[in-house]
Amino acid sequence: MPADFNWAIGGEAGDGIDSTGKIFAQALSRAGRHVFTSKDFASRIRGGYTAYKVRTSVDQVQSVVDRLDVLIALTPRTIEENLDELQEGSVIVYDGERTTMQGVEIPEGMIGLDVPLQSIAEEKGGAIMRNVVALGAACAVANFPIEHLDSSLEKRFGGKGQAIVDNNRKAARAGRDYVDENFDHEFDYDLETTDNDYVLLNGDEAIGMGAIAAGCRFYAGYPITPATDVMEYLTGRIEQYGGHVVQAEDELAAINLALGGARAGARAMTATSGPGIDLMTETFGLIATSETPLVIVDVMRSGPSTGMPTKQEQGDLNQMVYGGHGEIPRFTLAPTTVAECFHKTVEAFNLAEKYQTPVYLAADLAMAVTEQTFAPEEFDMDAVEIDRGKVVDDDTIGEWTNEKGQFKAHALTDDGVSPRSFPGTAGGAHMSTGLEHDELGRRTEDTDMRVEQVDKRNRKVETAQEREPWEYREFGDADSGNLVISWGSNEGAMVEAIEFLEEEGIDVRFISMPYIFPRPDLTETINDADDVIVVECNNTGQFADILEHDALTRVKRVNKYNGVRFKADELAEEIKETLSQEITA
Amino acid sequence: MSSDVRFTDFKSDKQPTWCPGCGDFGTMNGMMKALANTGNDPDNTFVVAGIGCSGKIGTYMHSYAMHGVHGRALPVGAGVKMANPDLEVMVAGGDGDGYSIGAGHFVHAVRRNVDMTYVVMDNRIYGLTKGQASPTSREDFETSTTPEGPKQPPVNPMALALAAGATFIAQSFSSDAMRHAEIVQEAIEHDGFGFVNVFSPCVTFNDVDTYDYFRDNLVDLAEDDDYDRHDYNAAKDRILDASKEYQGVIYQNENSVPYEKQHGLTENMAEIPDGAPDDAMDLVREFY
Ligand SMILES: Cc1ncc(C[n+]2csc(CCOP(=O)(O)OP(=O)(O)O)c2C)c(N)n1
Ligand code: SF4
Repeated sequence: MPADFNWAIGGEAGDGIDSTGKIFAQALSRAGRHVFTSKDFASRIRGGYTAYKVRTSVDQVQSVVDRLDVLIALTPRTIEENLDELQEGSVIVYDGERTTMQGVEIPEGMIGLDVPLQSIAEEKGGAIMRNVVALGAACAVANFPIEHLDSSLEKRFGGKGQAIVDNNRKAARAGRDYVDENFDHEFDYDLETTDNDYVLLNGDEAIGMGAIAAGCRFYAGYPITPATDVMEYLTGRIEQYGGHVVQAEDELAAINLALGGARAGARAMTATSGPGIDLMTETFGLIATSETPLVIVDVMRSGPSTGMPTKQEQGDLNQMVYGGHGEIPRFTLAPTTVAECFHKTVEAFNLAEKYQTPVYLAADLAMAVTEQTFAPEEFDMDAVEIDRGKVVDDDTIGEWTNEKGQFKAHALTDDGVSPRSFPGTAGGAHMSTGLEHDELGRRTEDTDMRVEQVDKRNRKVETAQEREPWEYREFGDADSGNLVISWGSNEGAMVEAIEFLEEEGIDVRFISMPYIFPRPDLTETINDADDVIVVECNNTGQFADILEHDALTRVKRVNKYNGVRFKADELAEEIKETLSQEITA
Repeated sequence: MSSDVRFTDFKSDKQPTWCPGCGDFGTMNGMMKALANTGNDPDNTFVVAGIGCSGKIGTYMHSYAMHGVHGRALPVGAGVKMANPDLEVMVAGGDGDGYSIGAGHFVHAVRRNVDMTYVVMDNRIYGLTKGQASPTSREDFETSTTPEGPKQPPVNPMALALAAGATFIAQSFSSDAMRHAEIVQEAIEHDGFGFVNVFSPCVTFNDVDTYDYFRDNLVDLAEDDDYDRHDYNAAKDRILDASKEYQGVIYQNENSVPYEKQHGLTENMAEIPDGAPDDAMDLVREFY
């Protein structure tokens, strides 16, 4: 018997696949087992194949595997779609009475359990409960005490009244009994339970929870798969803390609403996916130039254009790191697990306010829609720290005004960080603009001030690089010459892959990187390794490009950005200087 | 808020670079007067401006201010107001900014009905980019990019607003200083989205919609004792009457309930706890 158990329910979109899967996953979690879920879904509401998969073990599970022990097939296609994962001894539960399932062929070596799901459900109060009957059947196969289903049925149907909950409980038991009475197979499964209490949530929910914990009170967004869950999570919850969610007319409005909220002093956020990021990029430069703290979540999906909206990809990295005209200081963080979605969201708000920059949070579909179990202490609310940065009040504003009493919202400071005055602060009135500006925030085309402001904004990144603990997570054999680096949601699969590799006698050192920009310098680590492999869900290796670029140190640079083109004499001088530096260095 | 605020307190010490005679001077002065008259001061006022000659207004005024990207000032203003309903929010921009690139936001800002004031400096031309047709330009108005005229009917901003469910629609003329300030003041005092289209002539690029033209064609609704601004059909008739240019409050919905009230927004969201909220572990427990 394998250490983990893999289960799935599949059918057509609209068959209630998601909620049925969730009920089972929750029951396992409440029984003290670790759970990792994944979804196959198509971009349509009714029709189209969809499945909810659950992997469970008493140990932590962090990825999906290519094996199914039990499959509840509501359509013949469910069997076809999962043929690769089904194997000798896999159990397929199906309703042979259902018109589409009549005469369905169970592949060789697999065990078909023909359970009249619909008739049993009708007997217990309604055909709608047929999936719950199937869950009961699955409990019988897996030798999983059905009582554990009760509380998740309560959670799911409690709002509809006790009678509905009771009917569902009966339906589940009828499914279990049918299997026990009609099949004499001895199933080799035994889903052990523990006393552990786990919570089960997905990346989008963890981001929303992190946002509330971090004091985010204003969210503006426009629905898009797979980011909508962030908005749905916040709706109805953020209000309890005096906050507000607004559904904008488009992403252009969403980010501008959020910008307004942030300028008013709120911790503000928006979340979207690639196509929305494109639209937001126009305003992104304004946010950076006006030095507005804002968290922008990109839950990536397959692009370009509308690509494959329900499929995984990590293809927007270049857009987040380089997107926007002109040059824009920014932070880009990439949580690596569902729990890290929470922690990195909190961190994103602090970075945004401490350095007054936009912060991208790069999440991806695989993490956003994957539910995972964690000990609740992983979300330690007492450990959440809120740092609002250099905010001035009526008393301290005097330190930051000029001789005329005007507030220097873009004061040139050594660390690059200027003071912030929230509207309402007496004497703090000032202009914020995307035009190049002076210390007061007023438009300027003065070449020296332009250079000073560009340098000031970039200094924030340098300051952050010095002050913040840019840590990454390491796994495997620290001494191995085989270096694997990944970012985002690949961590879990890679951590498990290390075990497979060990069995083959291959050692690897694995670095999971939650920071894209700025990031810890891996140049030496890369140079010291024999082989360096960068793992990411995209075609061109966007993060690999960035790391290679880091490791390339031979190019010196001559730059000019005061608004005036190069002049020949000045260029000659600059080049001479750069060359002589090289000679003396 | 202090009672001794004068309108000049809303003036910054930056000299406007508008062309001498530009209608935007009068529009701005009226806005500053209206703000002072309604008891606001620069520290509780937030002005959001668009891009264009008109959008420079934020620089010449003194208050908390944001100069946005082209066409998107309205959502910024709404965000400011939602996050801190205590602030007086005013959004200003041009006809290109508001009715062309920002037309989508305009319609939705109207129906959202956030309690703020939107002043559009309508010169029926693109000023800052040096004289191209704007959405309010006449069908036969010749410009550098439309040598034979746009050959499309102009947008009727008030009709757009009315169709979108506006609760306050007004029009004023920047050189009729008293009336303009009065009308903006009424827009500020309105409970909801106060929309004012201001004829603000461009003396450099528009030789058709001039001061003289507006002076000769303007009809002030305040002079018509029978006009009832709460009468939707009367408003519709004026708005669709292409033969005249109207000044005054054209429509006001007495039952307007602003967005913030509907959504129970009263708190200044800048105020948050030092750490996670006390009961934040409940958010985690929900996932048991
Ligand atoms: C995205 C974008 N497109 C184009 C421009 C160029 N642009 C600046 S102002 C303007 C038109 C302004 O016209 P209007 O809003 O009528 O203001 P006015 O200058 O007449 O006051 C345009 C097209 C821009 N700044 N940004
Ligand atoms: S170009 Fe026209 S709108 Fe712009 S400042 Fe000059 S007169 Fe005013």
